[in-house]
Amino acid sequence: MAKSPLIRDWLPIMLILAVFAAVPSVAQAMGQPFAIKVASRILVFAIAAVGLNLVLGFGGMVSLLHAGLFGVGGYVVGISSYHEFNGEALMLGPVAWGGSGNLLITLPLAALTSAAVASLMGVVSLRTSGSYFIMITLAFNQMLFYLAVSLDRYGGEDGLQMLGTLNLAGFDPSKRLVYFYAALSVLAVVLIFSQRLIGSRFGMVLRATAQNERRVKALGIPPIRYKLAAVAISGAICGLAGGLLAGGTQFISPADMSWVRSGDLIVMCVLGGLGTVWGPVLGAACFLLLELGLSGLTNAWQLPFGLIVIGMAVYLNGGLVGLLRRVRAA
Amino acid sequence: MTLPLLIEQTLNGIQLGVMLFLMSAGLTLVFGIMNLINLAHGSLYMLGAFVAASVASLTGYFVVGAIVAVIVTAAAGALLEVALLRRFYRRTHLDQVLVTFGLILVFNEGARQIWGGVPLRFSLPAGLDGSVHLWSGLDYPAFRLVILGVGLVVGLLLYAVIMRTRIGMWVRAGASNRTMAAAMGVNVEMIFIGVFAAGAALAGLAGLMAGPILAVQVGMGEPVLILCLVVTVIGGIGSINGALVAALAIGLIDTFGRVLLSPALGSMAIFVAMAAILAWRPKGLFPVHG
Repeated sequence: MAKSPLIRDWLPIMLILAVFAAVPSVAQAMGQPFAIKVASRILVFAIAAVGLNLVLGFGGMVSLLHAGLFGVGGYVVGISSYHEFNGEALMLGPVAWGGSGNLLITLPLAALTSAAVASLMGVVSLRTSGSYFIMITLAFNQMLFYLAVSLDRYGGEDGLQMLGTLNLAGFDPSKRLVYFYAALSVLAVVLIFSQRLIGSRFGMVLRATAQNERRVKALGIPPIRYKLAAVAISGAICGLAGGLLAGGTQFISPADMSWVRSGDLIVMCVLGGLGTVWGPVLGAACFLLLELGLSGLTNAWQLPFGLIVIGMAVYLNGGLVGLLRRVRAA
Repeated sequence: MTLPLLIEQTLNGIQLGVMLFLMSAGLTLVFGIMNLINLAHGSLYMLGAFVAASVASLTGYFVVGAIVAVIVTAAAGALLEVALLRRFYRRTHLDQVLVTFGLILVFNEGARQIWGGVPLRFSLPAGLDGSVHLWSGLDYPAFRLVILGVGLVVGLLLYAVIMRTRIGMWVRAGASNRTMAAAMGVNVEMIFIGVFAAGAALAGLAGLMAGPILAVQVGMGEPVLILCLVVTVIGGIGSINGALVAALAIGLIDTFGRVLLSPALGSMAIFVAMAAILAWRPKGLFPVHG
């Protein structure tokens, strides 16, 4: 029985958003305000994972670049705030800019910058495919990582602590609830946008390219343009997520953009399932809760975690969503 | 830059390049023949360093530590192939990335449990802890010269085995066309295990030689792994020639980048070089597959 897209795609998205929307009141009723912080972190990484999945799940491109793009977004917000606080202008070539702590300006800027970086690196890496593509995106990720490390003025290896006050449409994003609702709204917009995008003609060409690039070419459609656009869009979404993390925690560091973090994002997507727009949200939630739970149980949490990842690779084709479907089909 | 410094840094660069070649040789063959992305290759390097350091301090002989380490890493490589990774040859690259990423976590945490989180002391063997007078104003550490020598000898040996022997011919045949090689009667399964074990042993050798220079600690494999991936990609996946040329180039670029620019910008120079080469030749310098 083929289900209508309304039930298959839009219902889970609405459910996920509704569950997250209930988190603050439940957390406060149970006297666990810490849970709101955890949920905000989940939301931010869910945004990044949804962005990555456009390329990974729908475009069939295994990119290890996305933690770098996430970090670029974070550093855009951080550096803008740094210059506003210190009062020294940021020289962008001939143009001097005083910086800004207004997230309504710097978050879009973060998305745009990450999209630009993603396009630039996409142009080079999309010349290759398969394992070469994985390796070159990994190398680009490390290039961005070392670039962040070399920014001595902005904290270098220790990261950049934002001392100036940030402002999001009149609210203070360092407040727990403001951060949470900001991340939730962005996730809602990103989910709805991505679902519409995947259903559009663009999304169809992208999915077709992932399945059989030669046929797409034979139909007279140049796949590379679609792939590049997908890389740029997913870069913008990851940059947005990174900017949110930086804005909400007033901190960004190179550690947030190491290639291991890119691997984490891939694990989130696979854990949640690559076939749907909303799967990576579940994956991000599982990943971060598992990390939190295991690190509470044992110091050596990476050991069981690594075993889970290996087991997942061996047995779990299609992620949690695929498992659910197979259980239902059986 | 004065002449002695230039020579010293050139030697450093070649020495790094030789080590990278030892590691990349296994990586590029596994890539080329089995079509497997093995991100856990750096973990075998780490394993080599840890085993060598603890056996050497237990017995008091560096050589014993080195021999045990090479045997242990070869066995670990063969075990990984038989028990886990051979299921992944026909799976997607994504599954391969996942499983080897999981292996990195397991290896790192396992090493932390066994050897602890603090870097291990790995003292140089007696007689090799001094330096050699090469030039007026240039004293070069003896151990680094040994690394250079061992690396060159092993590298040449490897090159001879792969290019001049029957086994090497099977390996090259497997790298350029696995199905055809199997059809012509090559026992591909044994070749796979052998290549994996040999690659692991070479990674362990590189790790045990790097141990006394760098620090023996958890996570030491990852930075080297990245450099080796760069070497593999620049050289062309599956190409031993390519790995040699690319390893020396990356060793020199990295060393001089760090001296002439800052350490962080020097590290970036490698990736810029890689991007430039791949933009020019998307299949690397010496492509093996048609």
